Amino acid sequence: MAAPPQRIRRKAAGLVAAFALLPALSGCGGVSMADSGNSTFTTMGFMQSDALASDRMDAARKALAPDGLRIQVNEGAFDSQQFLSAVAAGDAPDAVVMDRTLVGGYAARGALMPLTDCLKRERIDTGGYVRTAIDEGSLDGTVYALPDSYDSRLLLTNDKVLKDNGTSAAEFTTGNWKKLEAATRTLQKRSGGKLTRIGFDPKIPEFFPMWAKANGADLISADGRTAELNDPKAVQALTYAVKLVDAQGGWGKLKALRDSFDMFGAKNEFVREQLGSFPMEDWYVNVLAGASPKIDLAPDVFRGRDGKPLNWSSGLGWAIPKNAKHPEAACEFIKTMTSTKTWVHAARAKAKETRASGSPYTGDVTGNLAADRIIEHEVWKPTGNKAFDKATRIVFDLSRKGFAVPSNPAGSEFKEAWQSAVNRVLSGEQTPQQALDQAQRKAQSALDLANEGRE
Amino acid sequence: MQSVLTPKPPRSSKSGRTARAQGPATGTPKAAGSARRREIWAAYGFISPWIVGFVVFTAGPMLASLVLSFTDYDAIGSTHNVGFANYQQLFEDPQVAKSLMNTLIFAVLRVPLAMAFALVLAMLLLKVGRTAGLFRTVFYLPVMTPPVAVGILFLLLFNGNVGLINHVLGFFGIEGPSWTTDSFWVKPGLVLTSLWSVGSTVVIYFAALRSVPKDLYEAAELDGAGRWTSFRHVTLPQISGTLFFTLIVNTIASLQTFTEAYTAFFGTATTQSYSSDAALFYVVYLFQQAFQYMHMGYASALAWLLFLVILVITIIQAKVSKRFVYYEGDQR
Repeated sequence: MAAPPQRIRRKAAGLVAAFALLPALSGCGGVSMADSGNSTFTTMGFMQSDALASDRMDAARKALAPDGLRIQVNEGAFDSQQFLSAVAAGDAPDAVVMDRTLVGGYAARGALMPLTDCLKRERIDTGGYVRTAIDEGSLDGTVYALPDSYDSRLLLTNDKVLKDNGTSAAEFTTGNWKKLEAATRTLQKRSGGKLTRIGFDPKIPEFFPMWAKANGADLISADGRTAELNDPKAVQALTYAVKLVDAQGGWGKLKALRDSFDMFGAKNEFVREQLGSFPMEDWYVNVLAGASPKIDLAPDVFRGRDGKPLNWSSGLGWAIPKNAKHPEAACEFIKTMTSTKTWVHAARAKAKETRASGSPYTGDVTGNLAADRIIEHEVWKPTGNKAFDKATRIVFDLSRKGFAVPSNPAGSEFKEAWQSAVNRVLSGEQTPQQALDQAQRKAQSALDLANEGRE
Repeated sequence: MQSVLTPKPPRSSKSGRTARAQGPATGTPKAAGSARRREIWAAYGFISPWIVGFVVFTAGPMLASLVLSFTDYDAIGSTHNVGFANYQQLFEDPQVAKSLMNTLIFAVLRVPLAMAFALVLAMLLLKVGRTAGLFRTVFYLPVMTPPVAVGILFLLLFNGNVGLINHVLGFFGIEGPSWTTDSFWVKPGLVLTSLWSVGSTVVIYFAALRSVPKDLYEAAELDGAGRWTSFRHVTLPQISGTLFFTLIVNTIASLQTFTEAYTAFFGTATTQSYSSDAALFYVVYLFQQAFQYMHMGYASALAWLLFLVILVITIIQAKVSKRFVYYEGDQR
């Protein structure tokens, strides 16, 4: 074919070039850190949802201002795809906050920077934080994340429901499994074919590690290298927890009712008496205090079968991604966000805000030992609301007694293995033994793969 | 019959059109060649956005994923060649078979139901006369709803305890199942939810039904055909090409289903912890492997397996369709 005339060639070339540049000029959407200049410090996974968060961010802004850095908070919960894409594209945020159970997995793959130099340079003493929170944010003894929160789990019971059924909170304990099953059957309520009140919600699959621990089983070895999901005691714990669900009409009915709860509203499951009792994270005490401070709440600790209080702790952690543009500033940022001074100042701000709204301030647990002591003894004051005051005292006590699932390099894959196993049992697809055997194989395979080349 | 009577376009029509485009001033062979080259370049110019888009966003990533499927690429660390290990793992991973089976069941349930439902709606549209335009818009509007919203809608409408669907069933004395939590009912629930966005197929069918020549119905009526016989022997053959097109498109869409199920069961840490394998569709599993577990190489192999599955199914559908699909101008 003969070449087109020069004028047409020019036009055609211009046209092709214009269209070729179109994608680059229009961008490809998504949240990009690249648009932030060298003087912008970016974060991912952090939400300024209350004064506790925004006050700390203000402190961090002041800390980085002398370095000429302006903090850009990309609001929103941590999203693994967004984070991974940003790191892979060399467009990582300067600091990221994520569930501490994910830290090991990302650290093993080199997506996070060890904080070893940071801790040394900024003279941060990890002994100032709750040990389990530091362990969760570490891998093979190297710290990758400092705690941004510390969640405990306690037992929340609707005392009115107990009284109406001729029992009391004193008799209601998770330590005696036989009694708990009987109480569950008594407190549940059905109308027609529907479950209208959950007697006791074991909160599985998410709280399965706590049920296993209550029966004396760990899901993974202390060094985070060997899965122990099909430990006979773990199988027994799962069998029991599922029995509690089945005693109330099965998973379908229980979950359907649970999904219909107005958990954050004034007509929540306690107000509407749709729930007898359940183990729950401590932040929910704060929610109930704000939404329905007059409920007849009976808080207590969750107990293992030995009768001793048991607390599965978890939370978020601040880390520095690989290829962060301002790693030194990120270290200073994390130090500021997790320091005693910052936490206490923020807790005071939150307490003031909460009290001004007319709700009882139920305290905060941060993972910073000194801050927690000051908040407990100086910032928090008894409100006169006995139920919520008791709940707050339980939360402060529990924060010193938590256990955590040991950090491991398989991260979310390990978690998904046991969660799926519990779901398969709940949906009737497998027996607890079959499900946990399958989960054990999957989890160990993921751990072995993640450990390859890390020996 | 009709195909025989339909006159074939004259072989000269192409050149005739070119001649018309040239006009009287460009009648010489040299000028005609020049105009044709201009047309060719203009054509390339007009389709260049698609070509650029295809190369940059489809062909390039496909080629890249093929290469990555032979590696242990995790987007962060160093990448190594692993040969066929990822493809071997496809046959050893029980979740692959599980998710593939879930997806096939979903497609088998959804495709015929969506096509039948859309056809019924399109035929009803034909009957409503002047208000057809309004209803066409009403039927199409749900297509504009973001799939994420549809996923949330599924959880709300199909909640076994307080969902609208079970309330309605309750009026008829039927105790509805736990659609969102009972593993047996999760897929049927998602199939029913997917009918929400059947509007585009309705519009296509409506256009096809309107193009069926009326004289064929009149001829059938004269021959004593009733409504069902007319539908069976006139309507269906006349729109079979359209039905085949929507069969292919809906099948591919069903095999690639992702957003609604992901939003409802895997989108957040909370929903993820409750997600049963019943909603683990193939693309959801692929996404998990790629972006949650960072097994990009394995996810690429999963993508190519899906590509092959879709290719095989489409080829089978195309082969089988030759017996049932009627095209105007067809010699059969």
